[in-house]
Amino acid sequence: MDITISVADGVPIYKQIINQIKYLAASGALAPGEELPPIRTLALQLKVTPNTIVRAYDELEASGVIQKKRGSGSFVSEVRHSRLADAERQRIIEHRVDALLAEAHQLNFTADDVLRVIRERRAVMERRSSAMTEK
Amino acid sequence: MADTVVDVNEISRSFGAKMALDRVTFRATEGKVHGLVGANGAGKTTLIKHLLGLLRAQSGSVRVFGRDPVRDPVGVLGRVGYLSEERELPEWMRVDELLRYTQAFHPTWDASYARELLETFALDPSKKIKELSKGMRAQAGLIAAVAHRPALLILDEPSSGLDVVVRRDILDAIVRTVADDGRTVIFSSHLLEEVERMSDHVTLMHHGRVTLSGALDEVRRGYQRSRVRFVEHFDQRPVLETALVMEGGGRTWSVVHSGSLEQFHHSVLALGGEVVESRDATLEEIFLARAGRGRQQVEVA
Repeated sequence: MDITISVADGVPIYKQIINQIKYLAASGALAPGEELPPIRTLALQLKVTPNTIVRAYDELEASGVIQKKRGSGSFVSEVRHSRLADAERQRIIEHRVDALLAEAHQLNFTADDVLRVIRERRAVMERRSSAMTEK
Repeated sequence: MADTVVDVNEISRSFGAKMALDRVTFRATEGKVHGLVGANGAGKTTLIKHLLGLLRAQSGSVRVFGRDPVRDPVGVLGRVGYLSEERELPEWMRVDELLRYTQAFHPTWDASYARELLETFALDPSKKIKELSKGMRAQAGLIAAVAHRPALLILDEPSSGLDVVVRRDILDAIVRTVADDGRTVIFSSHLLEEVERMSDHVTLMHHGRVTLSGALDEVRRGYQRSRVRFVEHFDQRPVLETALVMEGGGRTWSVVHSGSLEQFHHSVLALGGEVVESRDATLEEIFLARAGRGRQQVEVA
């Protein structure tokens, strides 16, 4: 499983693991029903205390992203996958919008100004793409 | 509630006029990794020597598995695996002799685990200790420390002066100690990234005292690093209530601070500035803030 940990950015390691597994599941890199690596394996791979993996898996299970099966491992949830993907898509776009609004505020744009610019830009992009398809 | 494996209560120890430990209280709970950080001379090794019964506390009490390691060394050391920075190994022994010798003291010795580690490290069992490189010595010492599957593994600056490969071997041994059957680890290190990755609990020592101790997340939650921008130009550090460390100059400063974010916002606002961004501080930033030393000094230490 492709996960990278950085201690330089101040985000707790268990949260980095949660976020990346959510992202892998939302993007389809982890398929529904796919088995996650055992705690020991992932701890050895990432060089983190096993209790951090336990905590990340526990929280992922509580939020329905993964399911633990008794006597075997942890698996990406099948049932709630689409809901997870929606929540994850929402989270990603909110993150981008927050950054945009912060930047706009610094430059003295109101939220309405931003909406106006978004509509203008969409119109420009639509004109461009229709011009390209006509060629 | 996890069991307490190590219970150190208010111990003090001085060497001549130097106070090496000053009313130190420290607990280690079963199944957790406990990181011990602090500059050289902060008291980490002295504390560890008390856990092993190598030093007797002048005041206060030390209990390991509920026993006094000075009065009952067999009852304590039989269940402890220990690796120190000095790696005091008998120079004249061969690697296989060292392992047989260690095995004699430990009925729980796991020969297949020892063999597996020898193969993983590609150590030649017929070599004498004195012929080994620094990294190989650490690997031999590590096998002797973990192959009896101790209930408590104590590593004193295990990574000091070692290359990346051997450092990873040591981290792997810590992971396996905890993951395989929930045993307990105490390790001291000046490599803060390593401590941040490997520790469930962290204890910061400074001049013989414990200045900070708790679950890593709780310790970290109390500190933030923020970027602030002022309207006014400051030639000297502006005074902010909860600031511990400030770097920068002019209008833009980077600040490590404790307490609530709201309180910090207020003190920045009062000086006509704003907080541009905040995030949780890293262990290194907290360490530097609490040890009150310059960045370069600590990296050298």
